[in-house]
Amino acid sequence: MKKAGILMIIGSLLLLGLFRFPLWNIMLGAPQYPDPLGMDIYITGIKGVNEFDIQNIDGLNHYIGMQTIPKPGEMWEFRVFPLVVAIMAVSGAIIGLLGFFGKINHWWFLGWFGLMAVLGVLGMHDFNLWLSDYGTDLDPHAIMKMIHPNGTPMTYKPPLLGHQKMLNFDVDSWPHTGGYLMFTGMGLTLIAFFIGKRSKNIVQ
Amino acid sequence: MKLTIKSLPSLVLIAVMFTACNSSGTSNGNRGALASTAAEKVYVAPGEHDEYYAFFSGGYSGNLTVYGLPSGRMFKEIPVFSQFPTNGYGYSEETKPMLNTSHGFVPWDDLHHPDISQTNGKLDGRWIFVNGNNTPRIARIDLKTFETEEIIEVPNSAGNHSSSFITENTEYVVAGTRFSVPVPQQDISIKEYKGHFKGALSFISVEPETGRMNMKFQVMMPGFNYDLSHPGRGKSHGWFFFTTYNTEEASTLLEVNASQNDKDFIAAINWKKIEEYVNNGGGTKMPANYAHNVYEHATHGAKSTMLKEVLTVDPTEVPGAVFFLPTPKSPHGCDVDPTGEYIIGNGKLSADLTVHSFDKMIAAIEAKKFDGEAYGIPVLKFEDVLAGQVKSGGLGPLHTEFDGKGNAYTTFFISSELVKWNVETREVIDRQPNYYSVGHVMIPGGNSAAPFGKYAVAMNKITKDRYLPTGPELEHSAQLFDISGDKMELLLDFPTHGEPHYAAGIPAEILAPKSQKIYRLEDNKHPFAVLNGEDTRIERNGNEVHVYMSMIRSHFTPDNIEGIKVGDKVYFHITNHEQDFDVPHGFAMIGANNAELLIMPGQTKTLVWEPKQVGVWPFYCTDFCSALHQEMQGYVRVSPANSNIEPSWSLGE
Repeated sequence: MKKAGILMIIGSLLLLGLFRFPLWNIMLGAPQYPDPLGMDIYITGIKGVNEFDIQNIDGLNHYIGMQTIPKPGEMWEFRVFPLVVAIMAVSGAIIGLLGFFGKINHWWFLGWFGLMAVLGVLGMHDFNLWLSDYGTDLDPHAIMKMIHPNGTPMTYKPPLLGHQKMLNFDVDSWPHTGGYLMFTGMGLTLIAFFIGKRSKNIVQ
Repeated sequence: MKLTIKSLPSLVLIAVMFTACNSSGTSNGNRGALASTAAEKVYVAPGEHDEYYAFFSGGYSGNLTVYGLPSGRMFKEIPVFSQFPTNGYGYSEETKPMLNTSHGFVPWDDLHHPDISQTNGKLDGRWIFVNGNNTPRIARIDLKTFETEEIIEVPNSAGNHSSSFITENTEYVVAGTRFSVPVPQQDISIKEYKGHFKGALSFISVEPETGRMNMKFQVMMPGFNYDLSHPGRGKSHGWFFFTTYNTEEASTLLEVNASQNDKDFIAAINWKKIEEYVNNGGGTKMPANYAHNVYEHATHGAKSTMLKEVLTVDPTEVPGAVFFLPTPKSPHGCDVDPTGEYIIGNGKLSADLTVHSFDKMIAAIEAKKFDGEAYGIPVLKFEDVLAGQVKSGGLGPLHTEFDGKGNAYTTFFISSELVKWNVETREVIDRQPNYYSVGHVMIPGGNSAAPFGKYAVAMNKITKDRYLPTGPELEHSAQLFDISGDKMELLLDFPTHGEPHYAAGIPAEILAPKSQKIYRLEDNKHPFAVLNGEDTRIERNGNEVHVYMSMIRSHFTPDNIEGIKVGDKVYFHITNHEQDFDVPHGFAMIGANNAELLIMPGQTKTLVWEPKQVGVWPFYCTDFCSALHQEMQGYVRVSPANSNIEPSWSLGE
């Protein structure tokens, strides 16, 4: 159970990487942008990959009537997400510590993992809602109103995961370092559960 | 081994791979069955970059052009001494002071010799210095922005030709006068040339951090013509060498009268000694009047200051500082090999090259083996300083560059050829014809301690039939040689703009990574900049009207302006709010008597417009900036001079 406790602690503390590294990244390349524009999505806000990328993405998007990329104060998520992540990291570490000293059993690890997974799915769902809103809530006075061949107005929701061609842009959306650290950490807590379970079986 | 049908294609494939490897330029000068063609050697595939930058002087264009080698593609024309309507240089209020001189605004010059800054004799790529030959000036161009940052006028000079060459740590940029003139200028008969005219050799110090230039001292030499120069390097660091002609001191029909002496001189100047002399209070301050123009990237503007004094040095008062080396037949180019030992005088009316030895010169000076003196300056004996002569077989040697592998490359104007010879043995190794009448040759770093001896570019004076004819006036022609092998190989002809006198090349890897992409808007300290759209406005002060305008894809703020009157002097101060690479905007006003403005992201520029006719007059963006570039326009209402309409402005109302 000691090994499992250590893994649980490490796994949950890896969430703290989200305060340092982006959770997600969206890159926009085009013929005119051989060096693509990009946004790094942190749990505390959205930043340009290069200094002026956000300004330049907003500048381009105004042609098709998209809203500007929200500043940290403009979305409740950027206040709540850091709080949730911090609580989960600390609580996970405490659970791991208690597990290490044998005060609690491995089911607590799974419980933490389950809660984190639910929160994660909710977070992704929320992120996807924002992407949909960002890509479809267009200014009716937009300079360019593009229409699909079937006559429906074109929208510009970036993909949640993967690549998509949008007008002249190739959009790639993938997890970034913070996201990978989180996934790894969650994986470790799951492993911690199984190791804890096995060690208990051996003891019995 | 049986050669089956199956193995044949793979053999062909291997052959192709070998050829491909060869063309990548890794195997230098391998000739034979697998050698790549000239076309492959200069081919830079679409999207790929050249290996070298080459900065060609524009001669009478007054500007500097930037090319890539080996492709010979032109990337940019940098305005230096000439007004440049393409981007408004010399027309905008910010850059007009750059062309100020003691003769007033001089919108043109004859730009001759670029030289890239050095550290320990090696190219460091911070700045490039160039000289204006006609109204003597030296300019410094920043190699991050590729813009002219500073121009200093050279007093007591005329025909600033033996310029602008730098010492091995960029301590000084040196400017010698080609025409001697009365010093100070005065109303005397031209016949009084002899003895009354002086040749000023100017040592302009360069501040190591900023590059800022300062006229440190001028050595007032006898009234010869100081043609070209180069610094000593390595062991001869601290010396500077100038070729002279017209030691006859003729003032008329020089083509005959300045060609009478069998030998003219190379003047050897120990500038370290003179620097020490002036640092200890030596020299004479004399009244002068010359312009010092400095452009600041922070304010995006230039200021011109008139300087009123210059420190002159009489060379006879600094013993051991100046000597004359007799050199045959009106030498033109004065070139020092990378080791600093050999000083080459390219006697332009001769077939032979004179190679002087620095060691022998020092020995002769120490032994005081002088052959008389000229105007109090000791003349050394030709035989005592001569290392040897190159029996070239060519005619009219002009300039020499070096490859860093012990070879020198000399151009011959009259016999129209480039001749490669060994510096130590002085034997000719190869010669290749030039089309036609070559002037300078340039090897990247070829006048430094560490040349990059892969390519040589010959800059020809006569073009004739090399390209499709374009009427009587032709661009000049350059020729690129591969000099990596024993034999020089002609790779490419390419036209050059203006008349290149000399060029300077540098590996792309030194410059490209630090090339600036935008100016940061938040660092813009221009007094008339508007950093956000709400601050745009119009201010009237008498008949002076200041329009504070901004531009971003794809509109001007404001774009409707009223309350301008005939007789007003309207200053459009326009700030480009883009912060994206390669998104300039232009500004053109109907009837403006100057030029357009081309404004880089984050930059502010000012154009003056003096409306002469009542009406509503449009302005527009000249650079196809975006899909809505054609919509990027505006109107100015011009009312009669006696109307009382208050200035007003708007956008999107």
